[in-house]
This record gives sequence, structure tokens and C-alpha cells, in this order.
Amino acid sequence: MSEIVSLKINGMPITVPSGTTVLVALLMNGIVGIRRSVTGERRGPLCGIGVCFECRVTINDQPHCRSCQILCQNGMDVRTE
Amino acid sequence: MIRVRSFDTDVLVVGGGPAGLAAAYSAAQGGRRVLLVDENPTLGGQIWRGEWMAPRSLEAASWFDRVRRARVSLLTGVRIVAEVAEKTLLGESQDATYEFRYKTMILATGARERFLPFPGWTLPNVMGAGGLQALVKMGLPIRGKRVVVAGTGPLLLAVAAYLHAQGAKVLTIAEQASRSQVLSLARTLLRFPSKAWQAVLLRGQLWRIPYDLECWPISAYGEGSVQGVLLRQGSRTREIPCDYVACGFHLVPNVELALLLGCELRDGYVRVNEFQETSRADVFCAGEPVGLGGVDLALVEGQIAGYAATGRLDAARALFGRRAHWRRFASRLNRAFALRQQGDYRELVHIGPDRAGEVLQWAQTFVDRVDAFLRLQLDGGNDAR
Repeated sequence: MSEIVSLKINGMPITVPSGTTVLVALLMNGIVGIRRSVTGERRGPLCGIGVCFECRVTINDQPHCRSCQILCQNGMDVRTE
Repeated sequence: MIRVRSFDTDVLVVGGGPAGLAAAYSAAQGGRRVLLVDENPTLGGQIWRGEWMAPRSLEAASWFDRVRRARVSLLTGVRIVAEVAEKTLLGESQDATYEFRYKTMILATGARERFLPFPGWTLPNVMGAGGLQALVKMGLPIRGKRVVVAGTGPLLLAVAAYLHAQGAKVLTIAEQASRSQVLSLARTLLRFPSKAWQAVLLRGQLWRIPYDLECWPISAYGEGSVQGVLLRQGSRTREIPCDYVACGFHLVPNVELALLLGCELRDGYVRVNEFQETSRADVFCAGEPVGLGGVDLALVEGQIAGYAATGRLDAARALFGRRAHWRRFASRLNRAFALRQQGDYRELVHIGPDRAGEVLQWAQTFVDRVDAFLRLQLDGGNDAR
């Protein structure tokens, strides 16, 4: 298993240690507003454990992925709102 | 393309925290095939989150070791989504679908934090106390960040100590419980020496951090993310600039899977008999869903469920005394951190005529959340908005 994982966040290439969740990768790269509410407000993670769905992102074109429950993998394409 | 993977097992354990690990280990002692499924990326539950490869306590290390040596199959990143036939559950991961056929099941689905809305609670970087801790455990840098820890329960102290040890500046711990409630709990600790020792250690770790009782957040503010919080204590309101608000009001049990299976609840918790068996035959339950009690109680209940689910009733009975001991502790703890005016939360969310506008606003954002959630459930893979 490699120590470093390469992926893209909103088109920007980044690297993180393997075992990092997608959510932590986003936060470490300064993205704290992960999605937008129905009225367009910025929303960030609330529960951190896969319950609240506030950290939903699109991963490899699949919407509504809970970024706190998914580990970064090589070649992932992550999109926030 | 959807792949379906099928599993047949004697005992299916759902949830890989302390209760689930203890249940899986104990069930495997009888020679049965045991499958443990957890929706998180690694095992350990919330209290041992991120420790599966690097345990931080002897207790976690010894349970991980036992489960690894036992004949227990482990599956992570999979959540149960439906019951498709008698004793057959459907699960899904990021890229696959699973079918689980079992003879006996043990539910160990844990708990989550209770969140109470207040103006500004939806701002980024306002999160659960355990929520922030979980993110830091998973690698979020917190060194030098100013954090206000708020809400209620023993978790606040554990989170504050953890964040402090990671280099965060914990500005204050705002606890809604009253002084008399907390003092009465402190006296109770004398009868639970291991807990008293934990409390002493925590107190030492939190030496310079204020523990404000009868104090709770009434609003948070900021542009783009949180920049500060207003705390109410008695008639006093204080403004504290900060980078994070870590706020949780004790816990609520995860009973959704039990409900899906038709297990009866009592007062919001899964009803079980002395052998941890639910109202549904062959479905057992251990840990927080049967009553909030923490890691010690969860471990004992998990063992009882594991033994009872595999017909080893004497081994289960031998643990009844220890379970009673930790249940007494749990009931004292839950009483001490009961919510003020439980039932309407009016005092805690500070609803008054002077704040009606703000309240309407947060009520709307709450409705937005529920609305988005429901749409997500109804639309499945389609865009929720």
C-alpha cells in the first residue's frame, strides 16, 4: 500500500497520506463549506461520523457521497458545491 | 454496474464499536461463524475511532487483538439498508451491494450526538463535540486553533482534553447542567473507583481550562465560517471569538436498524430481556441502543449478547453482576446531564419574543435540512436539489 494518495478536488491535484478521509482532505485544503443548502447557504460537516449528511460531495460523478466515511483513493475526482 | 456479494453466517453483528467487538468475539468462542459489519472505514466505533491500526489504550488493544485472533470475518464500509427477506439483509458500500443471510443477529449500532439548533448552528466549523474530535482523529490539524466546547455530558470533558493534547486552544467548556447535578455526580464517583480516577486524570489535563456550569450557546456568528459564539450563563451573555464551536448535548441511540427489523422500543431505547434479546426472536442488541452507558457497559452487554446468541447462557449469566454495576453508573450519569426543561428545550435554545426573527430563521434552516434529507431518501441517486 502506498503512503501517499493523489486525487483531485474541484480539478485541483492534491496529495494526502493514505487512510485520510475525503472530508479531512477537503478541510486540510481550506474547503470548509462542503455543500450548499436549498437556499444557497454554505454548509460544513456537523457530526463527523456519517449521520448528518452535511458533508456530501460528488465523487467520480456519483453525487451524495458522505465524504467523512470515504477514504481517499488514487485518481479520485471530488467535487464540492 | 452493480455487483451483489452474498454472505451466509451463523451470527451477524452489525456495528464494530466496543459492544459489537465484544459480541463478535464472545459469539465466536462457541465455534459459530461470525460476520461483523460496520459502515465506517475502520472498526472501533466512535470511542476507538481511528485506533484499529494504532490503539491508544490497553483496553482497545486487547479487544482488537481478541477479535483478530477469533474466527470473525470483518467487513467495513458497508451499511445495512433493507431487510429483503426473513433473516436476509441488504447492505451497500460505495461501489457494491451485499446480501447477508444469518441465523442470529446482534445489533450494536451505537449512538450519535444530540444536536440542538441555535441561530448560526449551520455555519461551517460549528460542529458536534464528538464530531470535531472524530475529524481531528482522522487527521484534521487543530494546533493553535481556538475552540469553544459546549453542550452537555461527559463527552465534553473528554473532547476538550483530547483537543488540548493535540495543541488546540480550548477557550472554555460550557456545560448546561447545574452545579448541584454535577456535584452530586462527583460524589457518586467515589463508588466507581476507575471512573473517579478517570475524572481526576481529566481534571489534571484540563487544569487551566474553565468549566462553566449552567452555561450554553445562544448563537454563533461569522462570514463563510464561524468566527465567534455567544454564551449565556445566568443573566450574563458573553461573546467569545473562536475558530470552532464543538457543541453536542449528550447522545441519542441509533435505533433505526432495530426499528427497521420491527424490534420494540421502550422510552426510545431498544427493549431487551436479561440476555440482551429484543422482542424479535434471534435478534439481540447491546450497547447504547438499549440505554446510554459508555464503553464499560457496552463491553459487558456485548459479551452477554454474544454468549446468549450462541446458546451459552451460563457464560452470559456470569456477567449479569458487572452489567448491573455499570448500569447503576450510567443512570447516575444520565441523570446528571439531563437537559434543562427536557421535552421542549425552550431554555436551551433561548426562544423569547425578542428573538422571534432569529428563531424563525434557524427553524427555516432546520426545515431545509430535514427537507434536503427527505428528498435525498426519496430521490435516491438523483440530485436532491
